Amino acid sequence: MADKVLMKGNEAIAEAAIRAGCRHYFGYPITPQTEIAAYMAKRMPKIGGTFLQAESEIAAINMVYGAASAGKRAMTSSSSPGISLKGEGISYMAGSDLPGLIVNVQRGGPGLGGIQPSQSDYFQSTRGGGHGDYHLIVLAPASVQEMADMTVKAFDLADKYRMPVMLLADGTMGQMMEPVSLDLSIAEAPEKPWATTGTKLARPHNIVNSLSLVPEELEKLNNARYEKYEIVKQNEVMYEEYMMDDAEICVVAFGIAARVSKNAVVAARKNGVKVGLIRPITLWPFPADVIAKAADKAKRFISVELSMGQMIEDVRLAVNGKAPVELCYRVGGMIPTPEQVLEAIENGGAKS
Amino acid sequence: MAKLTFKTEICKGCGLCINVCPKNVLELSKDKLNSKGHHPIEAARPDDCIGCAFCATMCPDCVITVER
Amino acid sequence: MIVFQKPHALTDAPMHYCPGCTHGIVHRLVAEAIDALGIEGKTVGIAPVGCSVMAYNYFACDMIEAAHGRAPAVATGVKRSDPDGLVVFTYQGDGDLASIGMAETVHAAARNENITVIFINNAIYGMTGGQMAPTSLPGQVTQTSPYGRDVKACGYPVRVCEMLATLDGPEYLERVAVNNIKNIKAAGKAIRKAFQNQIDGKGFSLIEVISSCPTNWGMTPQKALEWIDEKMIPYYPLGVYKDRSAAKEENA
Repeated sequence: MADKVLMKGNEAIAEAAIRAGCRHYFGYPITPQTEIAAYMAKRMPKIGGTFLQAESEIAAINMVYGAASAGKRAMTSSSSPGISLKGEGISYMAGSDLPGLIVNVQRGGPGLGGIQPSQSDYFQSTRGGGHGDYHLIVLAPASVQEMADMTVKAFDLADKYRMPVMLLADGTMGQMMEPVSLDLSIAEAPEKPWATTGTKLARPHNIVNSLSLVPEELEKLNNARYEKYEIVKQNEVMYEEYMMDDAEICVVAFGIAARVSKNAVVAARKNGVKVGLIRPITLWPFPADVIAKAADKAKRFISVELSMGQMIEDVRLAVNGKAPVELCYRVGGMIPTPEQVLEAIENGGAKS
Repeated sequence: MAKLTFKTEICKGCGLCINVCPKNVLELSKDKLNSKGHHPIEAARPDDCIGCAFCATMCPDCVITVER
Repeated sequence: MIVFQKPHALTDAPMHYCPGCTHGIVHRLVAEAIDALGIEGKTVGIAPVGCSVMAYNYFACDMIEAAHGRAPAVATGVKRSDPDGLVVFTYQGDGDLASIGMAETVHAAARNENITVIFINNAIYGMTGGQMAPTSLPGQVTQTSPYGRDVKACGYPVRVCEMLATLDGPEYLERVAVNNIKNIKAAGKAIRKAFQNQIDGKGFSLIEVISSCPTNWGMTPQKALEWIDEKMIPYYPLGVYKDRSAAKEENA
């Protein structure tokens, strides 16, 4: 087994991105993700890459748009209020079918909110976040190791499907330190014949564009993009099932909430409660099928979230009325305790 | 002798070329219309052209090719 | 012998601009500069949002369509992806560059980003039907200043070249016009210099081109060119506002 190093989640993202071949980082400072920018500022000049502190989050995402247009693996990172600003550029990337990585280390909202962890950008991330019909692939790591692994995976998926990918973490995940192996499996980036790298007078000009003024054509483009999304849904769903074999109660949680919930599941099992956990790793595409299947057996579902109840809507859609779905949550930068989740498992109805 | 050729199909009949011509060579066609509905430019007095290319320099649509 | 024809760096696509709109002249000047410098194969252009939104169909080099005002940021991303291999230009109107994209413009200039910016100043929002622009003149009647631009209510026009010239960053700033043969020739020269500066690694060059909008100014194409002389140039004087290399030579 490869040697492990102790790293902050944010640093693991940055190092993994570099190892995945990303040489173009554009960002703007915002807590609690600024370590990513600081790491990139240190490393990029040493390896011939670009670190650029942009004038705004808007500019940063558009710089990613430019570098991605030129065929490079490019990324930006921010936290919730900054991601709202990036919404415009993300929509343009989706509309121009550009790959790229956007990291959101979430903090409490709305508005300026706070700087403590949150999962309240679930809707924004999984529904696209900007204007128009589109999705991002949304990856939700639950450990520092996964922060690294998912970063690499994000670049692969982005290139494979020519779409932006979001790594959705939170303030806890970004700040906490864990041992991480950087022995990552890196696939080579595919050829990008569509990229604007100069015609060399050897081919017709490439155009990266999201404008389409003829309704019939724009409809066709949207339909084609959603056909691609169907393929993503079929191929790329990731999740972890924990103690689900005989579970009568199913907890659904991602990221930091899943770690807390796992402790509660273990504690409840000791008390003889047949409970298990489904942890979505891809929030889009959402593991709806596995939850639907669990609903054939489980009598109750509990969605544990650091939000007022956002993922619970996807859980309910997947369960489709076969069992009640309850919410267990904290917000504003607060995190549910294992005791709170245990209470919800054993007695139901537990809220904040 | 200078020679002008016109891509009359893309001419929008703005007339900017007419005013910059020092020899008053050009006029908008009175009887022709292109498919966009514009009266395109034509050389009414082609023999007076000195090939200065002012018309082509002023034309926003690259309608005019000038040979000398 | 052909003494004048469409440059190679323009495609054959007919331009959608209104009759007498000078966008076409500026497109041609940019394409002529690209031809003259032999850089079409390594040039990437960034189109804005506004009348020239479809410029990507007209330039034969690789093209990117940017979000409104963001062209300098997109250009930065492209240029940084291959600083030695690519020549990158943006083509932006006054609403795009001086209103919604002001931050991107100022900071690209402040960074001395090695790109070429072609800035069309026609003192109006053309694509949306003639609204007041950041560069609309005091008293100018537009759809959103129907009684004339009242500087008490909506402030004064922005002089982009003068403003950017206060920065240490930019390499070259020049204001030109395309309302007569002499000015067009000077504009062509300035645009070529702005590309040459990039090739030479000198940094941010912006050419502000005073242009006409006959349709939304409510004038004939010819009258609009005269209005540039009468109204626009007195407010926006032509000339070089910054030329760092020339200044260095003088001081040497």
